[in-house]
Amino acid sequence: MHNNHSMMSRRRFAAGFALGSVALALPLPSLALTVDDAKDLIGKAVAEINTTIASGKSQTAMYGDFERIFSRYADVPTIARSALGVASKKASAAQMASFTKAFQGYISRKYGSRFREFIGGSIEVTDARAIKSYYEVISVAHLKGQAPFDLRWHVSDKSGKNLFFNIIIEGVNMLASERTEIGAMLDKRGGDLDALIGDLKTA
Amino acid sequence: MLAVAGCAKAPIASQVSDPAETFNRKVFAFNVGVDKAVLQPVASAAGSGRGPILTGVHNFASNLDTPGDIVNNVLQLRLMRAARNTLRFAVNSTAGVGGLFDPSTALGLPALETDFGETLYVWGVGEGNYQMLPLLGPSTERDTAGILVDYAINPLRFVLKSPESDYVTGAKVVDKIGSRARHSDTVDSILYESADPYAQARLLYLQNRHYTLGGDSATDENFEDPYAQ
Repeated sequence: MHNNHSMMSRRRFAAGFALGSVALALPLPSLALTVDDAKDLIGKAVAEINTTIASGKSQTAMYGDFERIFSRYADVPTIARSALGVASKKASAAQMASFTKAFQGYISRKYGSRFREFIGGSIEVTDARAIKSYYEVISVAHLKGQAPFDLRWHVSDKSGKNLFFNIIIEGVNMLASERTEIGAMLDKRGGDLDALIGDLKTA
Repeated sequence: MLAVAGCAKAPIASQVSDPAETFNRKVFAFNVGVDKAVLQPVASAAGSGRGPILTGVHNFASNLDTPGDIVNNVLQLRLMRAARNTLRFAVNSTAGVGGLFDPSTALGLPALETDFGETLYVWGVGEGNYQMLPLLGPSTERDTAGILVDYAINPLRFVLKSPESDYVTGAKVVDKIGSRARHSDTVDSILYESADPYAQARLLYLQNRHYTLGGDSATDENFEDPYAQ
């Protein structure tokens, strides 16, 4: 334990050093959202996901459920903007609105189909902590016939509501993965955002 | 223990270094071709990969990896993990009928897998460039060196002779198919549904590798705050 602790603080120190004085100026998590609020939020989202997984509904019906859960508990506009990356800066407000809507359906179908593997399993929220300028809620996914794996949720209230904006599965984070994916899709369409929005509706 | 405290681990890389991308993409295309022609059809015939036979093969193959894990645990001076893996190997090899069953996990001794790539990380060796290896898939220069050393130092190589060693190789090949079957949704979604499978595979490999090396989302620069952008 002692070793772990000293390793941790050395790494923190190194990171702080690398960031220089900027690190000192980083805002602390706002007081409106507490670590318990973040944990409660994900606890509720997870309870709904578990209910959907156990419902025995058809896959299409589950997609609808996941989209509802996603739009209720996730900050979809922020995730969509982040996934679009630099292209979001050139997009018009109307384009952003329709991109966000198309992205929400796309992400629900994509992750919804992955949650199919969760049938017969469950997710359990175990811990939460403040990191950087937001909170990280730690959960464990117990799937049938598999070793449990680590599932984390990053939660913020910067949108005005308590919502999650990133999911991390064994270290793999959704924001980075989707930025790579959406970026590649946009490149394939020669940077044509409207074409991408049209295709995302059915992707 | 002092030696570990004094031994600085390599920093977790925050950026992708892939100068050989053009070549790596060709190797990747070859690997995807092999998957499409061989691995995917065979794995899909194997079903979910979670039946009793493939589960037994998986337990058997991963039990045989445990001696190598223990060697690396010791080289990393992680002696508690070495002790746990030793106990695990003893229990699974006996009560688990030669490793076909995995009673250790149920007893609270899950596999603490490691490799020489991680040992190099603990010793302070940097990750090096990203690599795509034929048939073996994504790696880094450090992990490729680790694969070679793990093969060389695997205690089983010195203990088992033919034909037992051939059974081990056979079990590993079958387990590869089982693993492809168990993760078919994930692998298919990356290889066949992504707009840029190469970039997705690279990102997933590196992020997951950093996680298994003990990377922390609190300090990792890849975990961004989209509200700050």
